Amino acid sequence: MLYDNRKKRFNKSVVYDSHYRSLWQCIHIDGTLLAFILLLCSAGLLILFSASNENLHSVEFQIMRLLLAFCVMLVFAQISPFALQRWAPWIYLFGLTLLFIVLISGHIGKGAQRWINIGFTRFQPAEIMKLAIPLILAWYYHKMDLPITLKSVLMAIPIILIPAVLTAKQPDLGTAILLTIAGVSVLFLAGLSWQILLTCFVSFMACIPFAWYLLHDYQRQRVLTFLNPERDPLGAGYHIIQSKIAIGSGGIFGKGWLNGTQSNLHFLPEHTTDFIFAVCGEEFGFVGTVILISLYMLIVFRGFYITMHAQDTFSRLLAGSITLTFFISFFINMGMVTGILPVVGIPLPLVSYGGSSMVTVMAGFGILMSIQTHRKLVTT
Amino acid sequence: MRTSIKNHYHEIQLTSRRSMVAILVICILIVLLISRLAYLQIYKNILYTTLSTRNAIDLVPIEPTRGLIYDRNGVLLAENIPVFSLDIIPLQVTNLQKTLIALKNVVELNDSDILQFKKQLKQHRRFDEIPLKLRLTDAEVARFTENQYQFPGVIIKARLMRHYPYGESFAHVLGYVGRINTTELNVIDQINYSASHYIGKLGIEKFYEDELHGNVGYEEVENDASGKPIRILKKTRGKPGKNLYLTIDSGLQLAAEKALIDHRGAIVAIQPQTGQVLAMVSEPAYDPNLFVLGISQQDYNALQQSEEKPLYDRALRGLYPLASTIKPYLALQGLNSGATTPDYTIFDNGTFKLPNSSRIWHDWVKLGHGRVNLPRAITVSCDVYFYQLSTKMGIKLMDDILTEFGYGSLTGIDLDNELPGVVASPAWKLKNKGTHWFPGDTTNSSIGQGDMQATPLQLASAISTLAMHGQRYVPFLLLGEQMPGKAYIVHQSTALSPIVLTDKKYWDIVINAMQDVVTSPQGTAYSLFGHGYTYTIAGKTGTAALSKRRLANEEDKQESMPLKLRDHHLFVAFAPVDNPKLAVAIITENSHNAIQTARAIFDYYLGNQPHVVRQPEKTIQ
Repeated sequence: MLYDNRKKRFNKSVVYDSHYRSLWQCIHIDGTLLAFILLLCSAGLLILFSASNENLHSVEFQIMRLLLAFCVMLVFAQISPFALQRWAPWIYLFGLTLLFIVLISGHIGKGAQRWINIGFTRFQPAEIMKLAIPLILAWYYHKMDLPITLKSVLMAIPIILIPAVLTAKQPDLGTAILLTIAGVSVLFLAGLSWQILLTCFVSFMACIPFAWYLLHDYQRQRVLTFLNPERDPLGAGYHIIQSKIAIGSGGIFGKGWLNGTQSNLHFLPEHTTDFIFAVCGEEFGFVGTVILISLYMLIVFRGFYITMHAQDTFSRLLAGSITLTFFISFFINMGMVTGILPVVGIPLPLVSYGGSSMVTVMAGFGILMSIQTHRKLVTT
Repeated sequence: MRTSIKNHYHEIQLTSRRSMVAILVICILIVLLISRLAYLQIYKNILYTTLSTRNAIDLVPIEPTRGLIYDRNGVLLAENIPVFSLDIIPLQVTNLQKTLIALKNVVELNDSDILQFKKQLKQHRRFDEIPLKLRLTDAEVARFTENQYQFPGVIIKARLMRHYPYGESFAHVLGYVGRINTTELNVIDQINYSASHYIGKLGIEKFYEDELHGNVGYEEVENDASGKPIRILKKTRGKPGKNLYLTIDSGLQLAAEKALIDHRGAIVAIQPQTGQVLAMVSEPAYDPNLFVLGISQQDYNALQQSEEKPLYDRALRGLYPLASTIKPYLALQGLNSGATTPDYTIFDNGTFKLPNSSRIWHDWVKLGHGRVNLPRAITVSCDVYFYQLSTKMGIKLMDDILTEFGYGSLTGIDLDNELPGVVASPAWKLKNKGTHWFPGDTTNSSIGQGDMQATPLQLASAISTLAMHGQRYVPFLLLGEQMPGKAYIVHQSTALSPIVLTDKKYWDIVINAMQDVVTSPQGTAYSLFGHGYTYTIAGKTGTAALSKRRLANEEDKQESMPLKLRDHHLFVAFAPVDNPKLAVAIITENSHNAIQTARAIFDYYLGNQPHVVRQPEKTIQ
């Protein structure tokens, strides 16, 4: 009763738009987005079942994870954008601290360290940063006039690069790239001037030779192998050659569900995780890959719809960044599996087996839903 | 409110515009991605389908089951027994050296196993199963199975291994199979042998390799990335090897082997009416099973360097002087050419001199045999009679008859590495010794000494021809063959052009004289062959003197001579005389055991003696 009374009082001060009010609205779920996500997840489970050699156990495990991720999504959908906006700096600082802890414990443990063990499970602090970076940048730019100025862009650089570099040092190049993309996408949506974009692009190109020395040996191998997979067909090039064979041999309609030889006979490495898209290509052919891409694109378009209908700058920047990062992550994955991008360890979101990235992606969708459903009558 | 100073409309415009740009870029990227997929999946589909098939489908050859070898009565002489072997798949082994050392604690490995394995390692692909040890004992199988988890890439495999149940008894006839070596690898049909580890090395196993081996079969196997077969898509059956039935009578072979009782020597027994070889013994022999497993260098050296020469097939390759067994043939030629008549009689005083020569040839009986005609000359083996006959005939006529009986050339038996022996002639002597033919050489040849040499097989073939009154057959070992599940195919004997004499009765004259060799108290085989046999028999003894210039009465001293210098004894015989069923040639080295041995053999085959039954050694080490 007490709670109800407080809620009523709250409702008096913030008047919701009665036109959009529905059952979905009440529980802060965007039905359209939810439907698209469910479609994609079902397709993903179908592919995973085949990719894991009909191992029901791993499919069950994946369903458990998806359920957990859905719960996280539901939780995030309940948090109003206003609250997120308030917590943004604290979330960022929290994530950054964890990154440093990982780095230090990694030094002590004398080896690569990406995880933090919290008793019942482990998680990757870099995943928090995937949301924390857009949050703090959106929070930061929300307070000033857009388009952003050069000074505010310069402010953003350490905010993005410190966690990105820390992650790259773990070493986890894939996540570091996604962190950078997440940050840069906010800058882009906030009106980063084309001159700066162009300058950055040129200087990025100029930096490539220097970056070469910063890369780990295995990362260099990946780049070299990307440029010419046949130079090491049994070593580093093996992944990409087998992946292309899997996709290419699928043809238009594919070999049929569960009939892929490349994955079932283990020719295709990482066939349940990073290279699961190749399994889809082999078993469902061109038609199947185009359908899968379409499912992803439905989510992306819904994300942009939410972005453009968001009520304040913070929400728009946040929603846009989440959508763009989601796009980039599956695009990089598909690009590397089809051989048009170098192999960086980025899983196919919601389809690849396992991963804390699934929780982050779903949390992002939760934020999108929150933005879509926490609407005020008066825009600010 | 702080935000009121912001230009909201402008900001919405900006973010929407930027979102549109982003959507545009995204669409371009997606089109790019889909074009890439179309390129891979539609344009390049055939290429990648081929690559994918090549990845997963492998043709795995299936070794055909080697044909079995039976004797004429269906007694199994060479079989395939299932054994457990220890195989290694190099691809799945991380540290081969360590694994080999660790394996030594579990199974017994000797150096030759490891050597063989390393040789094979070079010849096979990394994912092939390469045998390390071919035959594990039950205890080793159990021990390894317990510890298998420690040895990834090491497996126990059941395979068929050649086994010769009678061990050394048939070693020289059957030969053996062994692992294919590099030389053979260059000669064999690589495809047909792609699954085979063994090939016939000697004897029947080698001569009938093609029949015994069969044709390779194939499985189209779907492999996983580690090369492990997952399932069989298609199976093309090969042809198993044919089962061979030999002319050998294993009972007779064992009886002959037993009759030799540890004497060095050879026995060849032929069925005169067909040319089928009923027994072929060379003593001492070796255990062919040792070679199947891959004989150790030590064992091989021991066999190789043994003074007894167990690896030497005396029956096929042993060259011995014909000695007095030459006499019946020369007698036939003497009669045939008119150089002598059955009644022509000489007086033998124990010595012979060539005209214009001072050299004295002795008879083996010091004081001679007195009055001797041709049949008696054969019966008592009178040397002087044949010295004189040879002087009348000349070496040409002597060589002619010997050649007609098959001496000096290969008999054509179905075994490799047969030796032709020597029919000494002036041309032969000039070519091989570089000296001219002297009249004395003819005299030496007349009693089968000098340069005349023959194998026991030739001796047996010739006596068999004599038994058949000139009817000649190529001696052979393959009685018939049978593809499993198909009809039995009989191998026909090959008749050669018969020896025709001017008068058929000459045969009977010589054969009757040879009968007297055994039956007449004066006959050279009379005392040693003994009494109480139930068949008629004709034979001829021979003594190959090793010390060249021996005294006539030296024979009595043989017992006191060192074993290696004692005479070789020969005995050729056939029985029954009217309807020959068995012709035998026996040589005992440095021993006079030949005649007693012949008695045992004829008694076994024709008499009512209890048959020698020997159980095959089924024991597996």
